[in-house]
Amino acid sequence: MKGKRGNVEKHYYLMVLPGLVWLFLFSIVPMVGIVMAFQDYNPGLGIFGSEWIGLENFRYLMQLDDSKQVIINTLIISSGKIVLNLLVPLIFALLLNEVTQLQYKKLVQTIVYLPHFISWVIMASIVINIFGYRGAINTIRSWFGLEPRLFMADPSIFRQLVIGTDVWKSFGFNAVIFLAALTSINPNLYEAATIDGANRWQKTRYVTLPELRPTIVLLGVLGLGNILNAGFDQVYNLYNPLVYSTGDILDTWIYRLGLTNLQFSLATAAGLFKSVVSFVLITISYVLAYKFADYKIF
Amino acid sequence: MVRDRTFWSRAFDVANIVILGLITLSCLYPLWYTFCLSISNKSAANAGLVTFYPIGFSLVSYKEIVSDIKFFNSFWISIQRTLLGTGISLLVGIMMAYPLSKSKDEFRARDIIMWLLIFCMLFNGGLIPWYITVRNYGLLDTIWALVLAGGLPIFNTILIMNFFRSLPKDIEEAAVIDGAGPWRILFGIVVPCSIPVIATITLFVGVYHWNEFFHGLVLMSDATKYPLQTYIQQLVVSIPTNTSLTPDQYKRLSELSNQSLNAAKVFIAMIPMLIVYPFLQRYFVAGIMLGAIKE
Repeated sequence: MKGKRGNVEKHYYLMVLPGLVWLFLFSIVPMVGIVMAFQDYNPGLGIFGSEWIGLENFRYLMQLDDSKQVIINTLIISSGKIVLNLLVPLIFALLLNEVTQLQYKKLVQTIVYLPHFISWVIMASIVINIFGYRGAINTIRSWFGLEPRLFMADPSIFRQLVIGTDVWKSFGFNAVIFLAALTSINPNLYEAATIDGANRWQKTRYVTLPELRPTIVLLGVLGLGNILNAGFDQVYNLYNPLVYSTGDILDTWIYRLGLTNLQFSLATAAGLFKSVVSFVLITISYVLAYKFADYKIF
Repeated sequence: MVRDRTFWSRAFDVANIVILGLITLSCLYPLWYTFCLSISNKSAANAGLVTFYPIGFSLVSYKEIVSDIKFFNSFWISIQRTLLGTGISLLVGIMMAYPLSKSKDEFRARDIIMWLLIFCMLFNGGLIPWYITVRNYGLLDTIWALVLAGGLPIFNTILIMNFFRSLPKDIEEAAVIDGAGPWRILFGIVVPCSIPVIATITLFVGVYHWNEFFHGLVLMSDATKYPLQTYIQQLVVSIPTNTSLTPDQYKRLSELSNQSLNAAKVFIAMIPMLIVYPFLQRYFVAGIMLGAIKE
């Protein structure tokens, strides 16, 4: 019997082999490159020949005004997204739940999921058009006699625009989990509330919301792990040099630092900072999610 | 549920339906707007006259695209990438998920591999080391950079594994008694029993590969090798990154592009997504719930 098990196990190793090779080549080997963060990397010399400079890159990065601004921008944009991507889908799900015409409900659901599946490249081009100098928003403004504005070049509203369009693109998709939680609420609770004379608002306030609390807590906690992810694809496709002061985030900054300005070592150091902080935060959020909501990824 | 019949309750119902209707329309508007722009007369589109309906009907943009070799070239690269990327991800993911769905007694390396996966999912070397690695492999400017450089889709593999674990054990045991080996059990029994989850993941990975633009941007130095999203990104959104740009220059730059032609390209790029959308819709709710599976 033991021999048989060993034989089956041999096949199991063969099955995981391609995945492990893939993981090794594209996830683990790049981790070796992290040493560049502690070197003055010279492409001609490679990571084995470049000079070691300890924490010099990190020290230099911390002195830059850019890096502070970029971290502030990242935190503001991502926390705005975390909060609103929780609240808006929740309110939407609650409103949809009050609709009694099933076909209408289904139609709304089908359509609001759509923007989530369209890439940011395409969505950004549309957003830039709509908010453009001659776009729909300025056309509507002109009906009220307002001057057209150059929205996409205005640092004072860029963050709001990023948060707003992200919430708009994903609220339907994010609402799915609430809608599923709503269907699993025991109908007896509502009947009991009706007998007690509760109106619709009271039922929402005292039955629905408490029943949704575990889901809200879980999504909120898992969101914390994303605090340094302000959304590269979106910002990269929406921003321009005029709004760098408020719109440049860690990921876009690292990208320009490394692949536009070819500061490989500095960009690696900045990337390592982000990876380490994110790793710690995600781990904490998973532990919290496990403790408070019994959530396990495997 | 007994329905509330008070005036305010009915007023709320009406307002609710109207509000949800407006929200829904806002989700359709980008599609509609792009479509209107693409079939409008060029000068009307560039002058910003198109807002809610097409102005000066014209199919010139679509005619121009028909002879645009670069556009179709990128379209074809995206199709290849999506098919190859989805196929490989799925095959490798399924093969990896099956042994991992076994207990530690049946597959001794299970826990170690599991922790390795989780670690690689949560931690990465960052953009630059990843880029240099891919370059050292000599993959730049090849389709394989687009297919493979994103790495093993770990989260999807875990979703498949969770599903395999939830299957009843007896079906496999019966097959073992009949003398079936692990490969026959996986592809003859486990996979056919998991069609819904595999369909969901296929769609997720497919959408990812179709929509991904960044790898095309950094890993392809030759613009003729761009996948469709990168092609469109360069076409429509690209603004020079020099910091001396002034608002006036920005305004002029954004007015230079051929709005109607760009809109037609964007619209065509959305068509594959619109075709698979009904399937996506059906499966993805199930897919999201998979993420929340508990043991």
